[in-house]
Amino acid sequence: PVAQVRRPRPLGPYDTKEAVTPYRSVTTYNNFYEFGLDKGDPARNAGSLRTRPWTVTIDGEVKTPRTVDLDTLQSWFPLEDRVYRMRCVEGWSMVIPWMGFPLAALIRRADPTGAARYVKFTALHDPEQMPGQRRPVLDWPYVEGLRLDEALHPLAFMAVGIEGRVLPNQNGAPLRLVVPWKYGFKSIKSVVRITLTREMPRTTWALAAPSEYGFYANVNPQVPHPRWSQATERRIGEGGRRPTLLFNGYTQVADLYRGLDLRRNF
Amino acid sequence: MPAVWTGGALPAVILVWDALTGALGANPVQRATLQSGLLTLALLLLSLACTPLRLLTGWTWPARIRRALGLLAFGYGTLHFLIYLYDHGFTLAVMQEDVLERPFVTAGFLALLLLLPLALTSTPASVRRLGFRTWTRLHRLAYASAALGALHYFWGVKQDRTAPLVWAAVLLGLLLLRWYRPSRPMS
Repeated sequence: PVAQVRRPRPLGPYDTKEAVTPYRSVTTYNNFYEFGLDKGDPARNAGSLRTRPWTVTIDGEVKTPRTVDLDTLQSWFPLEDRVYRMRCVEGWSMVIPWMGFPLAALIRRADPTGAARYVKFTALHDPEQMPGQRRPVLDWPYVEGLRLDEALHPLAFMAVGIEGRVLPNQNGAPLRLVVPWKYGFKSIKSVVRITLTREMPRTTWALAAPSEYGFYANVNPQVPHPRWSQATERRIGEGGRRPTLLFNGYTQVADLYRGLDLRRNF
Repeated sequence: MPAVWTGGALPAVILVWDALTGALGANPVQRATLQSGLLTLALLLLSLACTPLRLLTGWTWPARIRRALGLLAFGYGTLHFLIYLYDHGFTLAVMQEDVLERPFVTAGFLALLLLLPLALTSTPASVRRLGFRTWTRLHRLAYASAALGALHYFWGVKQDRTAPLVWAAVLLGLLLLRWYRPSRPMS
């Protein structure tokens, strides 16, 4: 066997230079309640998820609603690498080299009508494949959403892989959202439906605990969670804590929220 | 007695061993916090189970290991608190904000604080000095501490509250057993 030498690729405009979190941590420390509540459960249990064949339905306020096979959908877009910070609402963070395509490209291809204002994402609902869904811990299926202008921001990303490898099941295979300036729970995993809507979608965590998790969920050190401060975070693999940055350091999204009270709209 | 101390110290040894060998996973501090907290609550409930067990069975050994269990609970509670402080770089301002503004932390902090006088008066000499009646009344604080500990756990869990509710039910059961005195004349 020939030794593989990984050459560092040149950094793109959206990449962070920060040290990438060890692959083992990224793939063994997950919040994915569809496979259990413990951080180690998804890595243990997600083997039951069948990621092919996989279809994604694009519907709602679009010119032509359709259901498309994932491999077809993937072939529409050139795959890109993006090294993003990921900040969990629980106070820990990682740096993950995603592979995928910009969400904006998918939305444009879907051709929204003039009435579309939000994008609603729905994850797979199948207790056979997702044992965590046999218990009513959350209102299944998992639903997330973005404002249309948030979804069109070049940072919003659909991932199909990590570090050039196909996305492990526990990380949301075969297709997941990545919104790096928002808390991790916004980045819904194992997406089967993308719906353009007129109304703000009712999202899973905002329904489960409205005083703790809002629709926006922008990373914000100034707005504490009711049970802990959000001022600092523990970067997985590092000792100590580092300060949490507004919008997780992605200040280029600030224009999206001009005039919006971020304390109220947490 | 040595068996209780050895058995009680074992989880701490395993915790340290796991921490040193990297067996605590990607976020060892969070894992250690959770484990030490659960051990505190478990030992506290075990110490509270001693008297009901003695009353129900007539055995005397539960009474003899009660002190060790209580002190172990205090020890694990202190460890839990120290890990929390370590997590925040021993920044007292963070602790102050947490204790004053976040009921979840306030409950845990008070639970440990209530155990402090009990740990300090755990010796037979203290029983003599305070008098049995006063000492007994003081040590009923263990129930308040356990209740606050269970509340702390309940508030700390993100969504599935089954486990904290089971702990709270056990505590309630122990309390009811104390109120419902069987016809035995002892105590």
